[in-house]
Amino acid sequence: MSVDHFDEAGAAVQAALDAGARYADARVMLRRTETMSARDGEVEDLSSDESAGIGVRALVGSSWGFYAVPDLSDAAARAAGRRAAEIAAASARMPGPKIDLVPAGAVTASWASACEIDPLSVPLSTKGDLLVAATAAARDAGADLAEGIYQIWDTRKWFASSDGHRIDQHIRECGAGITASAYGDNEIQRRSWPSHRGQYGTRGWELVDELALTDNAARMAEEARELLTAPLCPSGETTLILGGEQLALQIHESVGHAIELDRILGWEAAFAGTSWLDLNQLGSLRYGSELMNITIDPTIPGALGSFGYDDEGSPAARRDAVRNGIWVGVLAGRDSAAMAGLDYAGSVRSDGWARLPMVRMTNVGLEPGPHTLDEIIAATDDGILMDINRSWSIDDKRLNFQFGCEIGYEIKNGRRGRMLRNPTYTGIGPKFWQSMDMLSSESIAWGTPNCGKGQPGQIGHTGHPAAPARFTNVRVGVRG
Amino acid sequence: MSAELDLAGRVVELVRRVAGPGAEAEVVAVHSADALTRFANSAIHQNVAEATTTVRLRLHLDGRTAGGSTTVTGINGLESLVERTIAAARLSPPDVTWPGLTAAAELRPDAGFDEATAAASPQERADRVRDFVDAAGGLETAGFCRTSYTSGGFASTAGHSAQGRTAEAAMDGIARLDGADGVSRHASGRLSDLRGAPMGARAAAKARAAGRAIELPPGRYEVVLEPTAVSDLLSNLATFGFNGKAFAQHQSFAQLGTQQFDEKITITDEPLGTVLPFDLEGTPRDSLTLIDGGTTRAVSHDRTSAAEAGTISTGHASAASRSWGPIAVNLQLAAGSGDAPAVKGDDGTGPTASSARALVSGMWRGLLITDFWYTRVLDQKSLVITGLTRNGVWLVEDGQVTTAVGNMRFTQSYPQALGPGAVLAVGTESVALPDRWAGVRFTAPAVHLASWNLTGNASG
Repeated sequence: MSVDHFDEAGAAVQAALDAGARYADARVMLRRTETMSARDGEVEDLSSDESAGIGVRALVGSSWGFYAVPDLSDAAARAAGRRAAEIAAASARMPGPKIDLVPAGAVTASWASACEIDPLSVPLSTKGDLLVAATAAARDAGADLAEGIYQIWDTRKWFASSDGHRIDQHIRECGAGITASAYGDNEIQRRSWPSHRGQYGTRGWELVDELALTDNAARMAEEARELLTAPLCPSGETTLILGGEQLALQIHESVGHAIELDRILGWEAAFAGTSWLDLNQLGSLRYGSELMNITIDPTIPGALGSFGYDDEGSPAARRDAVRNGIWVGVLAGRDSAAMAGLDYAGSVRSDGWARLPMVRMTNVGLEPGPHTLDEIIAATDDGILMDINRSWSIDDKRLNFQFGCEIGYEIKNGRRGRMLRNPTYTGIGPKFWQSMDMLSSESIAWGTPNCGKGQPGQIGHTGHPAAPARFTNVRVGVRG
Repeated sequence: MSAELDLAGRVVELVRRVAGPGAEAEVVAVHSADALTRFANSAIHQNVAEATTTVRLRLHLDGRTAGGSTTVTGINGLESLVERTIAAARLSPPDVTWPGLTAAAELRPDAGFDEATAAASPQERADRVRDFVDAAGGLETAGFCRTSYTSGGFASTAGHSAQGRTAEAAMDGIARLDGADGVSRHASGRLSDLRGAPMGARAAAKARAAGRAIELPPGRYEVVLEPTAVSDLLSNLATFGFNGKAFAQHQSFAQLGTQQFDEKITITDEPLGTVLPFDLEGTPRDSLTLIDGGTTRAVSHDRTSAAEAGTISTGHASAASRSWGPIAVNLQLAAGSGDAPAVKGDDGTGPTASSARALVSGMWRGLLITDFWYTRVLDQKSLVITGLTRNGVWLVEDGQVTTAVGNMRFTQSYPQALGPGAVLAVGTESVALPDRWAGVRFTAPAVHLASWNLTGNASG
């Protein structure tokens, strides 16, 4: 990297300290994004965006302040540092408890995500041709509406703190997906590949090449049309087998958000909500069955929630969240961890230079089990297989959930039977996870590029290794 | 001429110089200064501000289209934006849906904006937070106070230019007691309209009344929805039903000219004074009647969806509207007229906000619902939504609140809930409610509905 921005970040930190802060950090971030969408064999939209700026966080007394500007001059950086400290001082009108930060050793480091094919260097015509071909193939196979999208993020950031951090990172992320819709008289059926919003990772364009969008387009269209006349998912309690993509979102919503320490501490109470988890039960609460082993792991190569260092300068590290069904770990930042009496952080990220770093998921995933999906089906006398998310809703304590999937299949006597339309299931988090009795080894790290949290709103990128699994006595077929 | 209009004009000139006279270009430059003071556990825990100028260019060149944006607004950044976007257009596949540029057009009269709100200090926001917390009388509180200011300029190679400014303030907070929450939220063009004390008192009154909640069996219940809950109906109707792209693609329930809603329902989009007076394509914004006395009259369009539907843009282009569709974000449900008189003012006692009291008194047996949470679409065409209640539910018997009820999950078609004969009453007092994004504001009275499908208790 020929140019770095440590000087500007350092100047902002120093200005915040000079203005009364007892701790300060600053992130200079340059981000290029590129998004293309296509519909029915035509490119619909193409946008190439660039954003650059500096965000400064200052701690004055027991109060935080944050200020951000899109100006990387030395004067602007210093002014931003002073402004962050002024805002922190205003927070002192309603101060909270004393804030400590768990120690984070001064690190000077540089990190980049692995990337075989720079996605921004792939010609737009090549990328456009892919979406055109895939959506045309779906349309030609009977889709009433065929849509495709790819997204690319190329982020460089320079982090400096008053604790002595000097860390630069270059993270490249991309992904793509297609959706085929079939219209009935009163409803629309949809099939998506490879997942309902596409697959994403901290990888280069090789990820998109591996998705084989065009090869799978016709099947998506045919299945969407077939769903229009498929029988409705029955209502009642049954054995439920979830495909890995759906299980990834189940993990995201009912485990990932629940173990965010800021939610547990009440910092998100008014908006995102709190958590059903009580810190007094950390290390003893049974979250799920013995098969349930959830890890927080931002070190997974290529997964969407991977990085070298989080946005507080803590190095990426693998950590258990649930071990043999017992809740043992949280997603934490330096201040929340200190408040909770924990000695680790590492899960704080910001959606760009203009946003305050906050506790976010990294890669939160389920360790694989001993079975295969075929073995799970063969071992099921009566149940339903569901996959590919269609809708998701969960309460503000992350307990009561209801998910809809694109497609379901009847399972009878160990065999996959009829296709079922509008499959839904609902439950309560720990009861559901405690009913997991079979788990596949066929794990994929699914990427979620649209995790919303915070005020002002932030969009997070998270990863979720997941494999097909079986759950017992689940309520399915909830309808309006 | 504002700095933003000057910036937009300079980018248009750059495009002409680099791409030649055949290029069609539209440029929007927006300066936004947003600040948000957030509190939790009755203390300010996050306090942020940013000041950003973003320049967005859309270019149509030799039958191909590309767009781009930058926050780097020096000459190097602008030249890079233009060169990058021209290169992208030249490499892009042909665009057969390009709708052309907006012709020069007069903006609607500008109502102005509140300078004091635009210049609000962190101390002013913190004072309102303190008032909210103090009025909650020792209950645990959380929420935010936000101010925002936007100045924008538009210029195009078609000779159209426009500029405008707007400011907004919003406050949203909960009070909680023994795990039960109450809420109060309000948005306005003026920070001075936001008063933390009555809002804190209202949230606390709800929380105090929400204790010892019972659970009710799932089923269809008559309901009174407070404005906070009604805003969720408006948001989902706007996003999925009145979305011009969804309409053009036959994914919306909307059928123009058809009585699809109860005659008590009139919904308009009222963007003037809340967002810039023009959209990203330079189309002037104006009031748009979507539902008139129950009859669907219009959906929101940008130029692309309008061309597909054979109509004209309604001024709802956004950076994402070609992909996700044009979405109206300032819907207002018209208040009722006199048959359900509201008690003016809120004394900050009891579970019911003043805007809903008259409707509650007219409900023989049903539920008073404060708020909805995490609502998601199960079927877009019929707009069947699942979600949960939040921030207070009560059983109403013979016009009186009798007991608190635990949160419940619902699965309900929103158009059906507001369908012909389904709306028993609409309140006479409207409340302007903020969204999580500045500039998004829904205004609604309470509504009394004949049926709402509750499918289970949140506790399972």
